[in-house]
Amino acid sequence: MSSNKYLIFLGCAIPYRVSSYEISARKVLAKLGVELVEMPEFNCCGLPLDPVSHEMMLILAARNLALAEQQGLNIITLCPGCAGTLKKVNKILKEDKALREQINGHLKEAGLEFKGTVTTKHLMQVLIEDVGLEKIKSAVLKPLTMLKVAEHNGCHILRPKEYIGFDDPEDPQTLKTLIEATGATCLDYMDETECCGAPSVGVSDKVALQLARDKLNHVKMVDAQALITICPFCHIMYDTNELRIEKMFNEAYGIPILHYPQLLGLAMGMSPEELAFNELRVNASKLLTQVTEGAK
Amino acid sequence: MTETATTKEPNREPIKASEIDPKFKYELSRMHGSEKILRCFQCGTCTSDCPVARYSETYRPRTIIRMAQLGLRDRVLNSDTLWLCAACFTCTDRCPQDIEVASVIRVLRNLAAEKGCVPIVFKEQIASVLESGYAYKIPDLRIKKRETQGLPPLPKGNPASISKSLKGVKFLENIEKKSEQQ
Repeated sequence: MSSNKYLIFLGCAIPYRVSSYEISARKVLAKLGVELVEMPEFNCCGLPLDPVSHEMMLILAARNLALAEQQGLNIITLCPGCAGTLKKVNKILKEDKALREQINGHLKEAGLEFKGTVTTKHLMQVLIEDVGLEKIKSAVLKPLTMLKVAEHNGCHILRPKEYIGFDDPEDPQTLKTLIEATGATCLDYMDETECCGAPSVGVSDKVALQLARDKLNHVKMVDAQALITICPFCHIMYDTNELRIEKMFNEAYGIPILHYPQLLGLAMGMSPEELAFNELRVNASKLLTQVTEGAK
Repeated sequence: MTETATTKEPNREPIKASEIDPKFKYELSRMHGSEKILRCFQCGTCTSDCPVARYSETYRPRTIIRMAQLGLRDRVLNSDTLWLCAACFTCTDRCPQDIEVASVIRVLRNLAAEKGCVPIVFKEQIASVLESGYAYKIPDLRIKKRETQGLPPLPKGNPASISKSLKGVKFLENIEKKSEQQ
């Protein structure tokens, strides 16, 4: 299998609400020589249904993996939730023969079979492991040395460690390294690995918004000019809710929430329009002015 | 279901011997995800590190585990707080007894769901997956807009194939049975 050709697994949240992430990721990956093949007939990774039925989650995830196996290509996802689920189910079904047979019994009804021959990687993992830091750095034409930003990894790119095993969940480094490759400074702040709260929305908005507020407070404390995310749910949680949180708790942030490929794209010389900055809820024009002026 | 007025706190009435299911913990220890529940010695690491517990007045993973160990099947499965877990897996990664606490919560939610206790948001997502393959109904406007955004067409799901693969799933069969009875 060619290491830089992937089936792209979009998942549900991105086409539903976060096209800016997809647009910027596709632009950046194309320029870095990563070829994306559209994945036909995929379904929800299964994660949102795990609380209701683990069996249903396993079947849905295995169905996706079986479809990818038919194509003979590894999967790239932009959503850590999808990546985590597909990785976890791949590992469980490869190790547990009885369970694999049970799930394959279901897939057989639809003419599919899980064999365990493909791997799944999140965008960030592809960037660091397959594209490589050197290639990314050499693609940076306009280093963002004028920017000081903060990162938010989100939970499912890191935990549970046993199944993801790609970075240290207590002190993750990959996103920081990727941010610094753009020339920007990545600031440390309190409770960096704390959950955004998104999965609790719908069950308790109150808890979810308080968690997002904590995060924005901590990011503001270190004067970060932007918060960089790599997850559609974390992005929705902060970008869509920032104004609501400001009103609700009488706070003032004005912190733009950028997808990592938007930051990288800027450093690679792409325009804010190309990178769908206009789709962001929190206005990023101040930051963009700083980038333009800093580059002069 | 929101946490404000409607959340049912786990019942804190004195425990009656008659409501204890002594085999519940063994049942759990044979289920995928909650195998290690017997190892919990109530240290409280899960609760002290839980982001949800910080802002919820009712959600405490340690309490849920203890209730399950004691065999308070109905109390724990009927409790709304079970659905507050954000599945961040911090408890799982930090449990000194290696219990996969978040997975135990997931097993308990699955059992509650089999009894019909499921927040509406999950029911909507299941319906959407069965209908389109996607967990959310993607608005037509979004699908059309993709072209002007320079994005390839959104892959279509295959609901017929999904339904075939999900044939015989216990949860879905229970739902069907219930709707037949009505």
